[in-house]
Order: sequence, then C-alpha cells, then structure tokens
Amino acid sequence: MKSITRPTHETKTIPELNALSRQTRRLILQSVHTAGAGHIGGPLSVTDILVSLYFNELHIDPSNPSAEDRDRLILSKGHSSIALYTVLALRGFFPVDELSTFDQIDSRLQGHPDLTKLPGLDMSTGSLGQGLSPGIGMALGARLRGSDFRTWVILGDGELQEGQIWEAAFVASRYRLANLTAIVDANGLPQFGWPHESGHTLDVPIDDPAGKFRAFGWNVIEVDGHDHQALLDSWAAAKNHTDGPTCIVAKTIKGKGVSFMEGDYLWHAQVPTPDDIANAGLELVDPEEVK
Amino acid sequence: MSLTEIAMRDAWGQGLVDLAGTYANLVVLDGDLANSTKADMFAKAYPDRFFEMGIAEQNMLGVAAGLATTGYVPWISTFAAFLAKRALDQIRVVISQPGLNVKMAGSYTGILTGKTGKTHQAVQDIAVFRAMPHVVTIVPGDAMELRGAMAAMMEDDRPTYLRLTRDPSPLIFGDDYTFEIGKGHLLRAGGDIGIISTGVQTVRALAAADLLATSGVRASVLHLSTIKPLDTDAIIDLADRTDAIVTAEDHSIIGGLGGAVAEVLGEHRPTRMHRIGIRDTYGESGPNDALLEKYGLTDHHIAEAAESLLAMHSLEGR
Repeated sequence: MKSITRPTHETKTIPELNALSRQTRRLILQSVHTAGAGHIGGPLSVTDILVSLYFNELHIDPSNPSAEDRDRLILSKGHSSIALYTVLALRGFFPVDELSTFDQIDSRLQGHPDLTKLPGLDMSTGSLGQGLSPGIGMALGARLRGSDFRTWVILGDGELQEGQIWEAAFVASRYRLANLTAIVDANGLPQFGWPHESGHTLDVPIDDPAGKFRAFGWNVIEVDGHDHQALLDSWAAAKNHTDGPTCIVAKTIKGKGVSFMEGDYLWHAQVPTPDDIANAGLELVDPEEVK
Repeated sequence: MSLTEIAMRDAWGQGLVDLAGTYANLVVLDGDLANSTKADMFAKAYPDRFFEMGIAEQNMLGVAAGLATTGYVPWISTFAAFLAKRALDQIRVVISQPGLNVKMAGSYTGILTGKTGKTHQAVQDIAVFRAMPHVVTIVPGDAMELRGAMAAMMEDDRPTYLRLTRDPSPLIFGDDYTFEIGKGHLLRAGGDIGIISTGVQTVRALAAADLLATSGVRASVLHLSTIKPLDTDAIIDLADRTDAIVTAEDHSIIGGLGGAVAEVLGEHRPTRMHRIGIRDTYGESGPNDALLEKYGLTDHHIAEAAESLLAMHSLEGR
C-alpha cells in the first residue's frame, strides 16, 4: 500500500518566511481583538514554528485537506489555536476573512481546535498534555499502511507537567517512531506559573525538557524557535534521524514580536486594545516596507 | 438456557482473532493486561497488529484516537475500572467529542472480578459511558451475544463501549441469535411483572422469572444489551403490558440500566419500579456467590422485589 496521494510541500525563502511570520502575528492580534477573547502570548511564541512547517515542510494540499498520505500536525497546546487558524488561512485552507469569526457562535474556528468543524485540522485538542498520544497513533498508522507521511506534534513546555506526555514519550521511544517529531514551544511561561516571588523559589520544578526527552530515549535537538533558518535545519535533522522519535526543543519568547508583550505572563490571554494593536503593528512591519 | 458456560473474555479474545481475518484494519491496543483480558490470543495470531501500550491508559486511548484517523479500527484491552475512570478525559476529548471510531472493551466489569476487590470492580462504567455523546454502550448477556455484538461493531463507525465479564456464565442465546445495536430482546412474556435486565444479570433475571412462576406470577424478561441507544419502545411497551417494572444489573443503580429505564418511564409511562443493582456503594473481595448475596444481586432478590411491587400494586387496586 505505497503512497500515491502524498501531497507536496511548499518552498519559501527566509525573507518570505519572516514576512509571513509578521503577517501572521498582525492577524493574530487583530483576531483576538475582534473576538474580544483568546490567547496572545502562546500564539505569538509558536508563530514561527507553524509558519515554517506549513510553508516549507508539511506535505499537504489545501484543496484536498484529508488526503490520506498527507503529513499530520497536532497542536497539542490547543489554546494557541488562533495561530494555527491564521497559518491555515494564509496557506489557503479557508478565506482569511473567516478569521473574524474566531470564537463566535457557529464558527468553524472554535476556541480550541475542533477536528469535526474545520478542514485541515488533524486532531481536536485543548485539554493539555493529550496531543502527543494521537501523534503516536498516526505514526503507527503510517507504519502499518507503509506510508511515508510524517506526524508533527507541537507541545507547550507548560503541558509537559501532564503525566500523559511521559506515558507517550515512553511508548514512542519503545516503538522507535522515527516518523514522529515533537516540537516543544519552550516559552518558559505558563498561565500563572510557580510563585517564585512568594519566597518559595526552591519549589520551582526542574525545567529541562531536552534532558527529560533524552532520558526517555528520544533524539533531541535544541533550536532558537524564532530563527527561520535554524528551524528549517532542525526539521531536516529530525527527518535524518531514522532510529526513533525526535524532539525539537524550540526556545521561544512568549509574546514574541511585540516588545511590550514579550516575556510578560499577563499577556497569556489578555485582549489587546486598539492602541495595543496600533503600537504592536508598528513593530510588525517589514523594515523594507517602512522605507 | 444451555448448561454450557463460556467466559466472555475468552469469547472476546477468540472473536478478535476471527474478525481480524475479515477486517485487515482491526488492531488491538493493550494496557499490560492481555493475559487477563484474553487479548493475548490476538497478540499471538496477529503480532504486527497488536500494540502493547504498557501500564498507561491515558496514552493508550489517545494513541487509539490517532490510529482511528488513519483508517484503522483500534480495540482497547484493559479493565473497565481503569478505562472508564483513568482515561476518561482522553475519551471525552479525542474519542467522544470528535466521534472517532475506537472500540473500548472494558473487561472485569461489575463486582464478579476474581476477588480483586473494589479497586478493580467497575460499577459506574455504564453510567460514565452512556453520558458521553456519540458513544454506543453495549452490555452483552453471554458469549454468543458478545460475538454478534463484536461483528456488528465492526460494521458500525461509532465509538463504542463494550462491557465484558471475567468468569464463565451460562449461554442465554443460541447459534441462530442475531444481534442488532439498539434492539432489546423479550426473552419471556408474562403480564404481571416486567423484569428488564442487562449483561449477565439476565441469567439471574430468567431464574427469578422461574422462581416467580412457581408462585403463580407471570413475569416478562426484557434483555437490553444496548444501553445507548436505548430501545425505548420496548421499555414503554413492557410497561404497558405489565403492572410494575424491576431492573437488574451488576452495576450501580445510579446512572446505569435502572437509571436509564427510570428516565424513560418517568417521561413516557410513570410506572412503579424497583432497581436491583449496587446501591450507591463500592464492592469488596470475596467469592462470587457471597458477593451476589451481600450486594443483593441474586435471582431471589429480583423475585422478592417483584413480589413487593405486585403486593403494593394490588393494595392500591386498579
């Protein structure tokens, strides 16, 4: 049962990817403002990863979103859905105008990704820590079918606190799933976080996703999650590793691209005002466009 | 009723092997219990389609959801107590909500679980699964019906919970039996009392009908092996033709068969009824006969409930 319907992937230059990232970030801010709800910090930290995968790596076909041998992508950190929706829209899965329906009644763009509503989604997510497991199922499915398709799962570093992630890490390694790649969007800031300022600094847990995945038998690559060349190189390295699953730990900045949001946990799910959008917009234009 | 006794788990293991020949997309995921659930029979026959997921139920259900999106029909092998509780959020988000076709077989249900005690007994699993949208819930009465249910499940693309038992139990149905999802079976027709039962409690419901017959009470026995979708017409019809209803299940009286029947009768045919089942408690270790007696699940308990209802009915008059 060899692949006959595997779609192709797009190829973009680094400047094109950078421009798409800026455009994605502008649309994320606008969509969350229009919706009056949603997350900001996480979507901005995962933007470059999604842009890179959808515009340069994934074998997918917007005109045939359920092609059997397409690559799969699961956004396990489902609260960053608006980033995924924006990239899917820009990639041609649905009209960009539809982003204005985000979070509205009857919208295909639910607060968290709903497989049953929007073509192009490969799994429903939202309850954290669950995305890696269906990724294993898809990777096993590819192996059973004799298909070349690959499965990519984007995890937040916060959801690595969930035990299910490590159940999954254990099994993926045991089945040597080289067709499975996990990407950790390591922005270092969960919604509330550990109370370091309350005098309990010793209670902050060990934060070493790379070391943990290595201990579970995974090939681990560490990369700057906002450097498009580095991201492309990491996808290639993951595909070259044929002896088991790869985890790419992408160091990112929550709120990336907007200086007054970067690294501020309050922007986890704050709705930007028109002034915020105007100020952010000034930072999200191409230097070439300013001239 | 045949004197032959077959354990449902043995029939399940063999059923997987038999169906796998017809359905190349049938795969099995196990939570390190294959030699208890009898999925080991499948593992031996089809090692390439058997996946050991280890002692990690949450991941196992998620893996099943992923496999289901690639055209495979995964069957889950674990104990119902762990399936319906430990992995419930996974079942909710990646199986029930998207309606993915995963066949969740929960073994060791009810309180007859080989002296394992309350941690391994499943007495709320029916309540849990019937509250999950899109999930079909099937509780076979014997090994014969189980085989029919498994075949029907492979021809149906909905996520399904299949409730299995551990120990040998008498055959209720013959070779000619045809299982249909959502269809109840009237095994006895008598106009005094209606007994509605599910799973292996139907064996004891039939024995109760025999006991009642010796004192001149004519009992109907309606076997409902599909709890969802429920055969509401059969329930209403039975209420119309009898004076009162007794339900019988090896499960909590809250949310299971008794709860489901009470919901139907309350909305359509308010009827005096009594629920035989686990009365809002947990079980314990012990021999099967002692457990059935202590928790009030024997044929005598069913018959006594019927007699009490009929006595109240005749006091009230018609």
